[in-house]
Amino acid sequence: MPIRTEPVTINLGPQHPSTHGVFRMRITFDGEMILDVEPVFGYLHRGSEKLAEERTYTQVITLTDRLDYVSSMSNNLAYVLAVEKLSGINPPERAMYIRVIVAELQRIVSHLVATGFFLNDLGALATPLMYCFREREKILDLFEMLCGARITLSYMRVGGVFQDAPPDFWHSLSDFLNYMPDYIDEYERLITGNEIMLIRTKGTGILSAETAINSSISGPVLRASGVNWDLRKTDPYDVYDRVDFDVPQGTVGDNYDRYLTRVAEMRQSLRIIEQCVDQIEEGPVRTEVPALLRPPVGDAYGHVEGPKGELGFYIVSDGSIAPYRFKIRSPSLINLSALRGMMVGSNLADMIVTFGSMDINMGEVDR
Amino acid sequence: MEPVYVSFHEANSFFSNLYDLFAEWSFWGVSPIPDWLAYFLAGFLIVFAVVNSVVVVTTVGTWVERRLIGRFQSRVGPNRWGPWGLATPIADAVKLLSKEDTRPEGVDIWVFNLAPLVFIVTPLLVFAVIPFGEGTYIANLNIGILFIIAVTTVPTIAMFMAGWASGNRYSLFGAMRGVAQLVSYEVPMVLSIVGVLLMSGSLSLVDIVEAQRIPFILLQPLGFFIFLLAISAEMNRSPFDIVEADSELVAGFHTEYSGMKWGTFQLAEFIAPFGAASIITTLFLKGWDGPLLPDFVWFFGKVCFVWFVLLWIRATLPRFRVDQIMALAWKCLFPLGILNLFITAAEVLIWGDPTTAQLWIMVGINWAVAITCLVGISQLMSDKLSTRAPLAPVPVRRARGLREVR
Repeated sequence: MPIRTEPVTINLGPQHPSTHGVFRMRITFDGEMILDVEPVFGYLHRGSEKLAEERTYTQVITLTDRLDYVSSMSNNLAYVLAVEKLSGINPPERAMYIRVIVAELQRIVSHLVATGFFLNDLGALATPLMYCFREREKILDLFEMLCGARITLSYMRVGGVFQDAPPDFWHSLSDFLNYMPDYIDEYERLITGNEIMLIRTKGTGILSAETAINSSISGPVLRASGVNWDLRKTDPYDVYDRVDFDVPQGTVGDNYDRYLTRVAEMRQSLRIIEQCVDQIEEGPVRTEVPALLRPPVGDAYGHVEGPKGELGFYIVSDGSIAPYRFKIRSPSLINLSALRGMMVGSNLADMIVTFGSMDINMGEVDR
Repeated sequence: MEPVYVSFHEANSFFSNLYDLFAEWSFWGVSPIPDWLAYFLAGFLIVFAVVNSVVVVTTVGTWVERRLIGRFQSRVGPNRWGPWGLATPIADAVKLLSKEDTRPEGVDIWVFNLAPLVFIVTPLLVFAVIPFGEGTYIANLNIGILFIIAVTTVPTIAMFMAGWASGNRYSLFGAMRGVAQLVSYEVPMVLSIVGVLLMSGSLSLVDIVEAQRIPFILLQPLGFFIFLLAISAEMNRSPFDIVEADSELVAGFHTEYSGMKWGTFQLAEFIAPFGAASIITTLFLKGWDGPLLPDFVWFFGKVCFVWFVLLWIRATLPRFRVDQIMALAWKCLFPLGILNLFITAAEVLIWGDPTTAQLWIMVGINWAVAITCLVGISQLMSDKLSTRAPLAPVPVRRARGLREVR
């Protein structure tokens, strides 16, 4: 007599330790095997796009902070690039260098958080997480020197940055650049060669390059699948065309490749920052822009290679002080589109790890 | 008439002292305490003392564990209540006791309430047969090790009771995993113990300690390795903590518990490593025996060391997947256990009553076999355990001194 089984449906989230916010998945299990996944989101919806239509162009910067709250700088940068494109403003050179430096620091922060929580999802009792957060604190201290805030930064302005970096900042940054490679080595010694990590992540949650492209996935997740696509190379903004760096790519597209890609990108970010520190010259950090900016009628799309993927802002202006239409292309949401295919057929433990390796941020998914 | 408990009475110095104290206590030649009451009182006091010592040591142990894990994770750890945070466990207990004891709808009330009790009693039972010092133990069972094997499996029943009665699917998942893990790991654990039994020729833990002319960790390296993994899995300690798996199952079988019932589960889980460390100390590290210092100090020191190693493993390693845990038990530990048993049996057959020199020959053989086996297994799995070439290998240049301009 065959054993009769029946599928079990579990609501994973919105309150669950590993959903990285308030994500919810209705998962149908056969034993521990996943038969179906239905992502449900919207628990953190704040209506950022509609709110932006009621605010001046400068005020919208604070809204972008709260999209992906672990990478505010990149969000600010994407937004001000879009507005500058819309109104034809060119920021001074020093501002562009500072922007690149802080955007790369923000990328390191985001990847540290991603790596730490990825290991937490693997069940490593928060030890790698705490290691990663130790250096994240150092970078947040640097941000605090720049603008007084640590998380919601609002440092960028249309036509430059809020203020020039204080002299202490450069010394602290130099210190940071000195010890950070050693710390990345330390994470790698703890994590990369760990046998349990290897058997848990290699060959699980595979995302093929074809699926990734068809699902419009971007960022480290796409590059881990072996696609050479980085907006810093393909559509350079600010001063990325003046610095030399590599685009790390994976080969298989599994969870391990996504982890490796993030670690390699942290090293590349350090390289970019060092070159910027070498190249930066004295000068103004902000062009004169009217307090109530009225861009000409038209539309513009500004995008950056954010830590999680291509972050874009599409802004339509009707010539008033507020955007007429404000659309966010958030990488976290779009990267989720391939989730079902990566999860079905795996089991509960692998699913959590796969989800962690996608590094989504609910502030950005729900907006 | 000769009392039936005489052998027990003579063997256990703690017990006999207390018993004599009560039995010989007399007013003007009249003894107010009858023989049976003295027997009962002495036994009760010893059990009371041991159980409470274990709980108190565990309570301090939670503080040590949290401070040490804080150090491992480059943070401070609890340091607010009392000097160096020493009163944190008390604050935790007060908080847990004053919390509302919620019970979700649709639970099986009897089983739900009984599960924490079953869960906490069994780790304490382990200490009934552990010799803490020379002639100091609650009971010298002649089947002591069988008793331990039996008792360490009972928490799984409590786990399943909790998981089943909660009416929560995460809890049920955790319970199912727990049972599967127990069934798998009981086999290698027993096999590794059998090696020790062959060497010592007795099932009594007191005899096992006395039979160790050199610690059995030297004679049974493979057995020690298997036992350490198996007992970690039985306790659901990381990297085998799939039953609780906070990132997957929220809290596993005790997801629905709150207040002191949850606290009872936690206390039992903190006691379990001490029990495991005591068993390992007794079986493999020569128990309470050691030079110079008193036997209590040696026992406690060894237990603390093993406990620290278990903690160290917990703080460092990620978690296995369910099927990998089962594969490790059946494909790796089970054959190794059989091999260890075979070699040990052959050695015992050849050197029935070995001299010290022969013992050291056995140490050499067994270590060679153990290292060969472990290296061989890691070689067999080398394709799974190899790292990939790092992506875009670029040496990061160190920042030079800052230029003068800024």
